[in-house]
Amino acid sequence: MLEYSTPTQEAALVVEHVVKRFNVAADPWWRRWAGSHKATSNHAANGQSANGHDTPPRLKARRGKELVTAVSDVSFSVYRREIFGVLGPNGSGKSTLIRLLSTLLLPDEGAITVFGLDVERDEMAVKRLINRVSVEAAFFKKLSPKENLLYGARLYGVSGKEADRKAREILGRLGLRESSYTSPMEDMSRGMQQKVAIARAFLTQPVLLLLDEPTTGLDPRSKLEVQAFVNELRDTHDATIVITTHDMNEADALCDRIAILDDGRIAALDTPEGLKRRIRRNGHEPTLEEVFMALTGKELVEKDDVTDFEPEKVLS
Amino acid sequence: MIKGIQLEMRQSYAFVARNFNLVKRYWGWEVVWLAYSIANSLSVTFIGAGAAEITGETQIDTNFLITYLLIGTLVWRFLASIFNNISEMIAWERWEGTIEYTFMAPVHRFNQMIGQTIFAIVYSLLFTVIIGVVVAGFFDLSFADADLAAATVILLVGSLSFVGIGVVASILPLLYPERGAQMTNIVQAFFLLVSGIYYPVSVLPGWLQVLAKISPATYVLEGMRAALLPNTATADPLSYVWPLLIMGLIMLPLGIYLFQRAEKYTKRTGKLKRNG
Repeated sequence: MLEYSTPTQEAALVVEHVVKRFNVAADPWWRRWAGSHKATSNHAANGQSANGHDTPPRLKARRGKELVTAVSDVSFSVYRREIFGVLGPNGSGKSTLIRLLSTLLLPDEGAITVFGLDVERDEMAVKRLINRVSVEAAFFKKLSPKENLLYGARLYGVSGKEADRKAREILGRLGLRESSYTSPMEDMSRGMQQKVAIARAFLTQPVLLLLDEPTTGLDPRSKLEVQAFVNELRDTHDATIVITTHDMNEADALCDRIAILDDGRIAALDTPEGLKRRIRRNGHEPTLEEVFMALTGKELVEKDDVTDFEPEKVLS
Repeated sequence: MIKGIQLEMRQSYAFVARNFNLVKRYWGWEVVWLAYSIANSLSVTFIGAGAAEITGETQIDTNFLITYLLIGTLVWRFLASIFNNISEMIAWERWEGTIEYTFMAPVHRFNQMIGQTIFAIVYSLLFTVIIGVVVAGFFDLSFADADLAAATVILLVGSLSFVGIGVVASILPLLYPERGAQMTNIVQAFFLLVSGIYYPVSVLPGWLQVLAKISPATYVLEGMRAALLPNTATADPLSYVWPLLIMGLIMLPLGIYLFQRAEKYTKRTGKLKRNG
């Protein structure tokens, strides 16, 4: 674990009062009239955020839309060579936050800097420093891992020859068969595809790596392999890592510090040990899951998220 | 400096290599599309072959008519292929779900357009040459007096402005994830109608003739016909290069500028995410 609290430590990532809102389709008038929409829904009334906070008056939703605040006044710093975890239930704004950090979304308010570079003003310079693994392994499905990885690496200026050598090495370490390297991605399992996605990000040797639920869909052994690789990337390549995950054990094992995100706001930010200390009672050593439930009053994946509403589709 | 240029070239090459890999992997579709295009071009040129029988006029220069239609169908195949390859670059990435990765990479849109343009021109040229050779094989045509060099220059210069129009059209799938790809077909249909692909622009109603003047395809076709059918030409083929050059110089930077503005808008509103 890093001594993150040393004030002289270099900040790799600084997020200051960041707000992100989206216009999303409103319920039809007849449903609103009938009052059938749930009060607990993440859809907020016009001019109000998901968590009920008033939005500035100039920010009114477009006609037929509702204004939803996905990330609300979020501030934190991540130090160089730190592994920083973001935990939150579906729809808490984790993926939106990762997209803001990776220049795929622009903040409505606040500022984000990566090694002193502003993500909006110095976009191209920031892009050279970062890479991201998302929960969906997005690839050209007919192309092979080799073709996909060489394409991705060339975009970052890595030569085809060097990318090929590195890709074979990384995929070999992640347990991908040699024969799969030149077969179409569509023939591979979801777990295998995710390994290729991880290799794609590692290939460019980013100094800030953004991992959005990178081990979702992987078997336990593969998860451990990826976790070991993440640690190695930090230790040997001087990388800083921001990771979102649903896996509490993974967060506990990997992260130097964890931010708990709830309704787009940071509910708590501390080391795993520090978070546990907050709810430790009568000698009972709480798990990170218990910490999460105590601090947010929610489970990591709620029933409503699955059966009634797909907030990731709206908020992410 | 040299390292910077090498990096930019590598980025542009990434798009060329990726697109040719996709052509290779989707080879079945390519064969089907090629067969359809040959049949389509043949059916158009056979109209010329049957003109005497259709009209009952025996004095019709059938070979001229066949060549006239053949030039129309081949030039349109070429320009439409360029337009499709450029305008579909976003739709394609949305379909595959890779758009966020391409947009997250440190690539200037200009480099991306260079890569897409090189691929589009090489691919379209190959595609058109194959169709041309097959279709011409059905008829006894002579291009002895044709100015092939002028025709090539006109085609290449004309393709630049079509790249610019394609870039502008590719904004549609960026802004409208669900309907954008279909909207680009309307743009293509407009050029098909007004540019005099299979008929002289002069037969169009007056208001459509005005629109024909802003279509680069009109100048490409008239220039190509002047170069390949010199006996009927009313102007020097190279006189069509200037309007095409001016249109290309306006459309290319304008297309990239508008695309960058649209990209910013999608990042502001979160429209990159939806894989429509």
